[in-house]
Amino acid sequence: MPSTPAIRADRGQPSSQAGRVALNRGFLLVCLVATNFAVLLLAVLLISIAYKGLPWLFDFASIKASFSEGGDGFAGFKHWFRWEFFTEFTSRKAKSAGIRAPLWGSVWVCAICALTALPVGVGTAIYLEEFAPRNRVTRFIQTNIRNLAGVPSIVYGILGLTAFSRLFRVFGADEAWSIGDPESLFYLQLPFGQGVLAGGLTLMLVILPIIIIASQEAFRSIPNSLREASLALGSTKWQTVWNVTLPAAIPMIMTGSILAISRAIGEAAPLLVLGVPLFISNTPINMMSDFTILPMQIYNWASRPQEDFHGIAAAAIIVLLVVLLTFNAIAVFIRQKLHRSLA
Amino acid sequence: MSTPASPTPASPHPAVPFGQLRKPEAGNEALRPDPNAGRRSAISAKAFSSWYGSFQALHSLSMEVPVNEVTALIGPSGCGKSTFLRWMNRMNDMISSARAEGTLDLHGTNLLAPSTDVVELRRRVGMVFQKPNPFPKSIYDNIAYGPRLHRSMGRSDLDDLVEQALKAAALWNEVKDRLRASALGLSGGQQQRLCIARAIAVGPEVLLMDEPCSALDPRSTAAIEELISQLSEQYTIVIVTHNMQQAARVSDRTAFFYEGRLVECDETERIFTRPKHKQTEDYVTGRFG
Repeated sequence: MPSTPAIRADRGQPSSQAGRVALNRGFLLVCLVATNFAVLLLAVLLISIAYKGLPWLFDFASIKASFSEGGDGFAGFKHWFRWEFFTEFTSRKAKSAGIRAPLWGSVWVCAICALTALPVGVGTAIYLEEFAPRNRVTRFIQTNIRNLAGVPSIVYGILGLTAFSRLFRVFGADEAWSIGDPESLFYLQLPFGQGVLAGGLTLMLVILPIIIIASQEAFRSIPNSLREASLALGSTKWQTVWNVTLPAAIPMIMTGSILAISRAIGEAAPLLVLGVPLFISNTPINMMSDFTILPMQIYNWASRPQEDFHGIAAAAIIVLLVVLLTFNAIAVFIRQKLHRSLA
Repeated sequence: MSTPASPTPASPHPAVPFGQLRKPEAGNEALRPDPNAGRRSAISAKAFSSWYGSFQALHSLSMEVPVNEVTALIGPSGCGKSTFLRWMNRMNDMISSARAEGTLDLHGTNLLAPSTDVVELRRRVGMVFQKPNPFPKSIYDNIAYGPRLHRSMGRSDLDDLVEQALKAAALWNEVKDRLRASALGLSGGQQQRLCIARAIAVGPEVLLMDEPCSALDPRSTAAIEELISQLSEQYTIVIVTHNMQQAARVSDRTAFFYEGRLVECDETERIFTRPKHKQTEDYVTGRFG
């Protein structure tokens, strides 16, 4: 029987047990401090915003009255809010200023952004993952999309200004061509100018790479065995995508897209370049209407010297945060619910 | 097996066969194939070679797959048996580096020709995979998936077809009360029978099975094996297996592959009792592999 050489694991000096334990503890401490630092900063930020902004959203006197003797308790909750903050346009006086214009502007712009970015982004992902040949051209496109996701959003603003707002100046001056009644919903002008359409398309550019990458990840996570099963039954590639791959990928696509759209709601920089007006006293009525958006209104108010404007800026921040957190909660909910049904 | 709740009498086969190939009725002597007619080939390979990039996976092999018989492909891992199987319905088209030379005929037409309609080919040559891969849909929708791709049929016709396919795959009695439930809730063995039902619901002539039992427990394996023998009355079956006992149990003919070459292909009984080649004998007796 051949003898196996004994493995000598007892060479060298034994390392210090106490030292290893101390290092372990030390590292744990560093990590804890790092985590709590971030949480603490966020807490300070939220508290200071709530402190400044909540009085502009809620009518504390009315809440107090509801719960004092003779009050109507929760029945009177309608009077707790300062509804005028949502129904009024901005004003030179903070007391009578509201976010009606930027709120509706954000809704219009994000709706256009979502409706254009989703089909284009998911379509691109379907092509790249399911149809494109694995060659140099595809890899080039792939790399470029990944790079685009890291481009500062203000750069997209410049692109949006050139491509959508001015349409590369092929029509010469502004409002070179238009159809329909400017006061109705059906009105189109070329170039798009500073309307919600130009704004939405510019934001689409910002989030398109994110949506494409998220959708690609979604398609990549679908096991190949499902594609094979479908193809082996004699389906075409498109039938496989439509009936098997896309339905299975939709939860992940939705999660990524909702997060991307919630980023679009918070973007101010690209629309700043577009030349969005700050003081506006009407809500959009068609694709060409002037608009402003919440982040820009916040920036405008926060940069004024008066203390009261800082208050309504904080109140607008709270509204923006609530919208963003709602979107993120929906994304988490979809991920939880639909992932479970797939597994 | 007992089917007390089934409306049709307990028969291992559905009343209506799927696909165009219909086994001649028993008793109709004129249509009963003579022993040599059974040698009619569904698939025949001549000087067939295959590459992945520069690696040659199959070396100029020639063999016949007779109609309505079970042909088993055996051999150690990496011998090319799965590659050969996946060429029979051009699943290798999904691998961009894969290419083949020689001829591979399905009923006399070369299925490697560029003019071959791959979609139609795969409808005629169905496939069951190693791991059960039901769609994340209901049991009903899994079976109806294939038929819906190829033709539009009425609700009741489709219901009928689903029932027959499930009966043919010996799954009907277990799932008839929960056709709308997710297929992912079935056990591994049931899922694999579902995949077989799904494959035969489009009416194929040939069924390819790539180690269909390797992910299953012994009881489910026994069920699938019984199913294979039943299905072979209607379908030409090619099965890749690592399990030599399985090849011996279910197949009529066995082909032994070794390092990309077809060593021997003959009646299963012959391969396992008196093979012509020493290599085959060593493999089937468990001396290597």
